[in-house]
Amino acid sequence: MFLINCPYCGERDQSEFSAGGEAHIVRPKQPTELSDDQWAEYLFMRKNIKGVQFERWNHAHGCRKWFNMVRDTSNDKIHAVYKIGEKPPIN
Amino acid sequence: MSKDLRIINNRFIDQTTRISFKFDGKTLYGFKGDTLASALLANNIHLVGRSFKYHRPRGIMACGSEEPNAIVQVGNDASMTEPNTRATEIELYEGLEASSQNCWPSVNFDIGAINNFFSPLIPAAFYYKTFMWPSNFWKLYEYFIRKSAGLGKSPTEPDKDIYDHRYLHCDVLVVGGGISGIIAAKIAAKNNLNTLLIDDKNILGGTTLFQENECFKINNSYSNEWLKKEIETLKSLENLTIKTRTSLAAYHSYNYLLARENITDHLDINEKKDKIRQRLWKIRAKKVIIATGSMERPLIFNNNDRPGIMLSSSIKKYIDYYGVKCGQKISLFTNNDSAYETAISLDNSGVNVNSVVDIRDKTNSSIVKQAEKLGIKIHWKSTIVNTNGYKKINSIEIMKLSDDGAAVVGKKIKEQCDCLGISGGWTPRVHLFTQSGGKLNFRDEDNVFLPGKSELDQISIGSCNGDFELDEIIKNSVNSTNKFLKVNNNDYENLEIISSKEIHKKNIWLLPSDKPLGKTKPFLDFQNDSTANDVKLALREGYKSIEHVKRYTTTGMATDQGKLSNMHALGIIAETAGVKMGQLGTTTFRPPYTPLTFGTIVGRNVGEFFDITRKTPMHEWHIKNKAVFENVGQWKRAWYYPVDNENMHEAVQRESKAARDSAGILDASTLGKIDIQGSDASEFLNRVYTNAWSKLEIGKCRYGLMLNEDGMVYDDGVTTRLSENHYLMTTTTGGAANVLSKLEDYLQTEWPELDVYLTSVTDHYGTVSVCGPNSKKILSKVIPDLDLSDKEFPHMSFKNALIDNIKCRVMRISFTGEHSYEINIQSSYAKSVWEKCYEAGKEFNITPYGTETMHLLRAEKGFIIVGQDTDGTMTPVDLQMDWIISKKKYDFVGKRSLYRSDTIREDRKQLVGLLTDDPKEVLEEGAQIVTEKNKQPIEMLGHVTSSYFSPNLNKSIALAIVKNGKKMKGKKLFVPMENKTINVTITDTVFLDKENKRLNA
Ligand SMILES: [Zn+2]
Repeated sequence: MFLINCPYCGERDQSEFSAGGEAHIVRPKQPTELSDDQWAEYLFMRKNIKGVQFERWNHAHGCRKWFNMVRDTSNDKIHAVYKIGEKPPIN
Repeated sequence: MSKDLRIINNRFIDQTTRISFKFDGKTLYGFKGDTLASALLANNIHLVGRSFKYHRPRGIMACGSEEPNAIVQVGNDASMTEPNTRATEIELYEGLEASSQNCWPSVNFDIGAINNFFSPLIPAAFYYKTFMWPSNFWKLYEYFIRKSAGLGKSPTEPDKDIYDHRYLHCDVLVVGGGISGIIAAKIAAKNNLNTLLIDDKNILGGTTLFQENECFKINNSYSNEWLKKEIETLKSLENLTIKTRTSLAAYHSYNYLLARENITDHLDINEKKDKIRQRLWKIRAKKVIIATGSMERPLIFNNNDRPGIMLSSSIKKYIDYYGVKCGQKISLFTNNDSAYETAISLDNSGVNVNSVVDIRDKTNSSIVKQAEKLGIKIHWKSTIVNTNGYKKINSIEIMKLSDDGAAVVGKKIKEQCDCLGISGGWTPRVHLFTQSGGKLNFRDEDNVFLPGKSELDQISIGSCNGDFELDEIIKNSVNSTNKFLKVNNNDYENLEIISSKEIHKKNIWLLPSDKPLGKTKPFLDFQNDSTANDVKLALREGYKSIEHVKRYTTTGMATDQGKLSNMHALGIIAETAGVKMGQLGTTTFRPPYTPLTFGTIVGRNVGEFFDITRKTPMHEWHIKNKAVFENVGQWKRAWYYPVDNENMHEAVQRESKAARDSAGILDASTLGKIDIQGSDASEFLNRVYTNAWSKLEIGKCRYGLMLNEDGMVYDDGVTTRLSENHYLMTTTTGGAANVLSKLEDYLQTEWPELDVYLTSVTDHYGTVSVCGPNSKKILSKVIPDLDLSDKEFPHMSFKNALIDNIKCRVMRISFTGEHSYEINIQSSYAKSVWEKCYEAGKEFNITPYGTETMHLLRAEKGFIIVGQDTDGTMTPVDLQMDWIISKKKYDFVGKRSLYRSDTIREDRKQLVGLLTDDPKEVLEEGAQIVTEKNKQPIEMLGHVTSSYFSPNLNKSIALAIVKNGKKMKGKKLFVPMENKTINVTITDTVFLDKENKRLNA
């Protein structure tokens, strides 16, 4: 079970959090101008990487804030957490 | 107890306190400090169970958690009995009752043992191969297999014991209180690190605690004496917490570990009462030191499973620790030096050691020399080719090994014995290390898997890390711990350690016999009864992966997870397949390390604490008025209110009719309520609902449909504009929490620029809904000051009002199609308002109705229930609700998906009404709908989503989703049921009052 460093609250147990899938997928500003394929790309396509992945997490049973996480899915190492809107500290 | 099997030894147990217990109904005696196993052995009871498949007699083999055979049922109370416990781990207490498992009718006479004589017919995967055909016979087979093979009985009543969960944080967790763990814990605690040391035994010290042998000395003391002093010094360390009787169950990522502490299991029956039985510690450790030691391997040879055949080191513990002789004439069989320690201990205690059979060429390490000096006979370069004795071993047959070890040569020697100690070397306990995600390396020299790379802040020390010699154990434990903790402890510098060094190593995974392989029974997995032959057969049949062989032969799949002989299985597979063991890899060890009882896993989360029960403010009133409740998520909702002896159908028919004929009252408090405020509140609603909100006047209500981004209906409800920048949104009961999360997600991540604040107020307000043609009259009695005229207070509007000077919000909205009001008031006043409305409505026969009637009434009007008439694949267009999709709005959540190629298909499944040809016939919800009765394969067009008998229309009505349903109005279809086919016709979804006249009635 992870120990997650919420950017607002500090280190908390994983059981307080919920995962929200891949991060940095921005909702298109003008969906009507997208083709079906482009819209499907936004809607359905996710990378599901084995290795370093950028993810959305929510401190659901805490401050209820969403934030982003850089996690290596192969060994569950969390490399960084950062607030929504901030640039990832690692590439 | 047989006196001659005990020697006086009061160092670890109290031989002055006699304890009585029952085993298989017989009253026996042991001493305080005994385990059930040591007490049974002292009573000369070896036979404690039958094997799983062949029902061969099986005896106690070990002295700890690796025990495969002595699996017993403890207690016979229907709520407290516990199956699958290891006799070697049960501390004896006054009143203990235990019985053998997996034997029927008794351990001494077992019907299933007939399988043993048929065993050539029961090869690997016998059950898979035989009982799978013919498949409909399985039910029959299963009954007999379960009866003859079942491992123990489950309790039939709830567990009365109390279990507990607690959190614990520490700098350093040391797992295992043997010599390495003690050294590590001392170093950590002395350096101001908050340290926790746990051990599954009742006393620290591990096996060194009773290692009193000239060959193992530290600073001129016996190793056990030196260690005893070390343990004494632990007591003065303030930073150190020691938990004995605590076994580590699981090691998860981020050094999160679960440990089970036994608190009362060892106490007398009457001392256990009202105490917490076991506690599960949820430990978060900054650093973890694994010092779990190693376990002795058996040897795999013909008939190696007879009662009386035990691990050599266990025999040593029984004599040195418990003062119990496992036999009077003991033979030993080994491939390494450790059996000689046992031989010396036995000899020192006056037990006759027949001989040591050693597969190695003559070796002369100091411990072997000591044994020879005592006159113990040694058969070098020899093996046991067979054992005899059905319920207990009585002799062994010894032959010389050929030079390559693959065959036996020369004359066979028979030796009488009543116990055989076997030692196949040592297996480091790397289970926790692998559980934590660590990768293992293989050391060819002595065939052990050792901890390799790990991602966590942890180390393994001592014999679980592959150090088996006393001097190396101490030296390496000290160095590793110092380095790991970045400290510089010098307590252990300049120790003078004498340790017998093993010079010669030899290993043969499957020892040869004078009989051919097919005629022998070399058991690998004692609990699941698989032999080396089964594994070889699996390989011949083409299995290659170790995980497949394991499942096919069930080797290593019993409750002990193959602790004892996993290595031999791997060895034999590697040898047969001609690969190196390091390449073959090992099977995965999964938590828990030893089985946990369910009570410990759930802790206090039982009964009413299992899940939250949410009750509305009017709950007590519903109970008083005989409501039957239904669970809606965590909520208890009144389902219907039977009067006299009404059944559900009768009650619902009466309630439904009353609501339309005069007046009904419903508790709608469970609907989700979200308070929305902020200068961008209107814009926010525009984005999350399909319809437009900017022009909604203050004081007006509007129904909204919420979609997922994929265009599918997600939730619905009425939202009221309370003031310019203030709305109250209602959601479905079940969807409330998810809707709030979803809205928060959009606000925080997609539209942080919006000035909007969301607050869940579901629990803050109670909601009383009064409907029916007389609802207006009732409300005018409850709130006389409120102008209820259609002009002043029309349908879909809201008023602030006072009831007894308490502020409330009254919405004129309707989910039934009737003239209807919803009063929202602070929860603490809701019950009194409910009662007020009920009193005021009495003259109009106001009838409380539950969720079932609510569902029926809305179905008459064709109103959907999200989650019942929709299932995550329905768009608003599919629901024939095109009117709710704003054409003007540039965007809203899900909009773009409404014209994807798939969502604009005209033949999607769509919501329709269904009428049965026979108006009395009520369809079953979930029933399938087809066009042709006899076509094969039958094409399923859709299914019934809602179905009721409407008392107001006096006929059966239903809603359904049907492929291309919109275009099929008037079409006849069929609903095939088990015994008949029902004829139906597709209709409009609105069955009653299509013109909505009743809303203003
Ligand atoms: Zn937080």
